Formats: sequence, structure tokens, C-alpha cells
Amino acid sequence: MNITLRVWRQPNAETEGRMVTYGVENVSEHMSFLEMLDVLNERLTLEGDDPIAFDHDCREGICGQCGVVIDGQPHGPLQTTTCQLHMRSFADGAVIDVEPWRAEPFPVIKDLVVDRGAFDRIIQAGGYISVPTGSAPDAHATPVPKTDADMAFDAATCIACGACVAACPNGSAMLFTAAKVTHLNLLPQGQPERYSRVAGMVAQHDEEGFGGCTNIGECTAVCPKGIPFETISFLNRDLLGSLIKGNR
Amino acid sequence: MATVSLTPAKKAARSTVALKALMAVTGLIMLGYLIAHMYGNLKVFSGRASFDNYAHHLRDIGEPVLPHTGLLWIIRVVLLVSVILHAYAAIALWRRARVARGGTKRYVSPKARRGVQRSYASFTMRWGGVIIALFVIYHLLHLTANVIAPGGAAGSPYQRVVNGFQIWWVVLSYTIAMIAVGLHLRHGTWSALTTLGANTSAAARRRINALAYVVAAVITIGFLLPPFGILLGLVK
Ligand code: HEM
Ligand code: SF4
Ligand code: FES
Repeated sequence: MNITLRVWRQPNAETEGRMVTYGVENVSEHMSFLEMLDVLNERLTLEGDDPIAFDHDCREGICGQCGVVIDGQPHGPLQTTTCQLHMRSFADGAVIDVEPWRAEPFPVIKDLVVDRGAFDRIIQAGGYISVPTGSAPDAHATPVPKTDADMAFDAATCIACGACVAACPNGSAMLFTAAKVTHLNLLPQGQPERYSRVAGMVAQHDEEGFGGCTNIGECTAVCPKGIPFETISFLNRDLLGSLIKGNR
Repeated sequence: MATVSLTPAKKAARSTVALKALMAVTGLIMLGYLIAHMYGNLKVFSGRASFDNYAHHLRDIGEPVLPHTGLLWIIRVVLLVSVILHAYAAIALWRRARVARGGTKRYVSPKARRGVQRSYASFTMRWGGVIIALFVIYHLLHLTANVIAPGGAAGSPYQRVVNGFQIWWVVLSYTIAMIAVGLHLRHGTWSALTTLGANTSAAARRRINALAYVVAAVITIGFLLPPFGILLGLVK
């Protein structure tokens, strides 16, 4: 198949970017979206052009490094990571727009690469458990109700890709933050720091300049891991709880 | 910002989530008022005496524990505080969101401007809220103060209503405002309950959304029945 790409090119954070059009011929429909970009980049390199910068690592949908906005939708038309999207999802002759995540706390570094350090700082503000980790304990040493374990596990699958922010009309990172809060706050090991965690992570979320959530739900609709919407209500409950119980 | 030294409770109180909860609570207070107000309006269908008695009775509820018009003033103060806090939070979050999303021109691609799954109502919250605020002022000048008196001023509340709603453009202006209120409540009811923690499962989500549709429809239609009843000559 032959396609036309319109790609956001921006040499560095200081310079203005713009959309540049490239034709890509003989694309196999079995290629992943990133492989298609690889093919284009090889050609650009041979032609002495600067290859298109994009983030990626595992290419199997588990690391959360990849992610671009394709035709206005984070990770493109399927609810999966960009590396797991294949060219068969597009029609022959399609014109495909490719842009970086857009949010004030995610500044563009180059082309399609953005700085997601804000997520690391949200994790540093409470997305951990302050106990020494020895070897893994026996699985049945601390019983956890099945429904809590399931919900915590669902929340824990968040790969911190940032698609939720890129999709949110408010530029909010509430789904990411809620996934991390829910994961730890549902489990026994998370209880001692339950309220300082949620308050600290939400404060850092706000400090980074992310917007407030208005429960529109675009985040869960594009999330490659299907992080459930209810994690946000879970976060809200704990945050309101910390107003009362978080006085230490 | 030196947030390091704050207790979790203080951090939580300053957060966008707390601001949202404030919006939710004040919004629900106003919604409670709207339901009572709509119910009162429907009394025009039982005639002048019933409607005017009701309007009069509102002024002496609670006597002698409360002074004359005491309850009315309590309600007015609570509503005024609610509107101010609600609008303050809305504007603060609106400004924050506009910066956070990276400006008004976010994605160059025109292909997903309407989002993936979002409701039409969710697009109308901010400008719709402004329309509702302007309408509230117009409405108070019309039927409370009677400074704006299309169709003629009157001492009887019943007469004011009937005079006004015999005029097509008055009915049109109220219709536009009530559609804005309906859309606001469609997303607002859902959003308020979610903000306060009620969205606990896919089933809860379905229930909250169904409730939001019912609330929006009942309020919009309930408020529009009297104006249309009068315009069509069913109430004289
Ligand atoms: C002063 C004018 C008003 C403005 C500027 C305004 C604006 C807003 C905005 C921006 C939201 C958040 C939307 C979202 O979550 O996506 C909201 C929510 C809401 N509004 Fe208003 N509004 C106004 C008046 C009213 C009135 C008169 C009512 C009474 C019925 C009302 C009821 C609600 C409710 C129940 C919510 C949900 C709260 C939440 O999101 O948690 N609003 N409003
Ligand atoms: S919640 Fe989903 S979309 Fe957001 S960072 Fe995690 S995996 Fe990505
Ligand atoms: S490259 Fe790891 S998730 Fe896509």
C-alpha cells in the first residue's frame, strides 16, 4: 500500500515546528506503525535528511515509551499502543497525520518526542511503598480480597505512556495518577501511606501544571491498557478522605 | 511552591480535586433548588389563587421561629454563595485547563475534533454556564424585580408570568436558557456524582448516566411547560 504522512517536525524545543508531508510507498499492511516510520527514516537518512525522532523501546506494548497522536487520536484508531498498531488499520492511499502528545507539562524535545518527566515526579511524590523490599514473601502471607486484588491489578497495568493526557480536553493526568493511587491504596502494603500518597501525588500533578478532571472520559477510551474510569472516583474518595484523615 | 511542609490534609484542600468537589456540592445545591422551583412553577396550571398563595406562603414558612421572609432569605444567601463559589471554581479550572492542554490550537489534524466518545453536553459546560448566569440575571430582573416587564408589569406573580409568556420572544429566550440548563445538568449531574466518588463500576456508571438524563429531561421539560402553556393559551 502507498500512504501519505503529514508529520510534525520540530528540530528542538526552542524552534517552532510544522507539519511536513512525505509519501511512503510499498508499505506492507503487516508492518507496525513504528516499522513504517523506520522505513521512512532509512530513506530520509540515505537522502541526507534528518530522520524523524520518536520514542520507543519494547515494541511489544509493555514499556510505555512509544506513543504519538495519529489522525488526532492518541495511539491512533485502535485502543492499543502505537507499536502494536499495524498498517492494516489504514486504507491504501490514506493521508495520515502524526503529531506529538500535546500538553503544557509535556514539552516537545524533538519532532514526536516529548519530555514526560512530570510523570516521574508524580511517582516520586507517593507512587511507592516505604518498606525495605526483601525477597518475595509467600503469596498467601497477606490475604487480599479477590475484588481488591483484581482492581489493583487492573490499575497496576498502567504503562505511563501519557495517552490519557494527550486525549484529555483539559490536559489532565488524572487517569494516570488515579491508576497509580488505586493500585497501591487497595493493597494492604499501601495502607500506612494511603492518605499522604493520594494528597502528595495529586499536589504534584497540579504543581506540574496538568488540568483538572471534568469526567469526560476520553482518557479511558484511548488508554492502551484500558485503565478503568472508576479509578478516578477511587482517587477522589481517597483525596476527600485525606481532608479528614490526613492531618499528620 | 514549598508544598513539602504541608500536611496531606492541607495539600488535599488546595488541590484541583477539592476545587472540583466544591463545584459538585454547590452544583448539587443549585440543582436541589431548581427541582423545588420547577415544582412551584407548575402551580400556574392550578390557577391564579393557588399560584399566588404559594408565592405568598413561601414568605411565611417557618414563622414564628423564622422572621417573615426568613426562609426565603436563607435560600437566597445559600444560592448566592453557591453560584459565586461554583463560578469561581469553574473559571479557575477553565484557565488552568486552557494552559494545560497546550492552547486552543492543540492538534493540527482536523480528524478527531469531536473526540472519541465524549457527549455533546460535555462541550457546552463552560459557555453554557456563562449563558445560564446571564439568564439568571435577566430572569431575576424580569420575574422577581419586574424591572424588565414585557407584556406589562403586575403586582400578582401569576399576572407577571402570564403577561410575559404571551410574547413569543420571551418564551424563546427562556427556551434557549432551559436547553442550556438541560445540557449543563446532563453532564453536570454525572460529573458531580463521579467527582464525589460514586463512579465505582461500569454498572454504577450506567446508573449515574441514566439518572443524569432523567434529571436533565425533567428539569428542562418541567420548566418549559408553564411558558408554553401560556403561549398556547392553556393558561390565561
Ligand atoms: C455561574 C454560572 C455557571 C457556570 C460558569 C458554570 C460552569 C460549570 C462548569 C465549567 C462545570 C464543570 C463542567 C465539567 O465537569 O465538565 C459545571 C458543573 C456543574 N454545574 Fe455549573 N455553571 C454555572 C451555573 C450552574 C447552575 C445555575 C447550576 C444549577 C443547576 C449548575 C449546576 C452544575 C452541576 C451540578 C455541575 C457538576 C459539578 C461537577 O462537575 O462536579 N451550574 N458548571
Ligand atoms: S492510564 Fe493508560 S493512557 Fe494513561 S499513562 Fe497509564 S496506560 Fe497510558
Ligand atoms: S514501544 Fe514499548 S509500549 Fe510501545
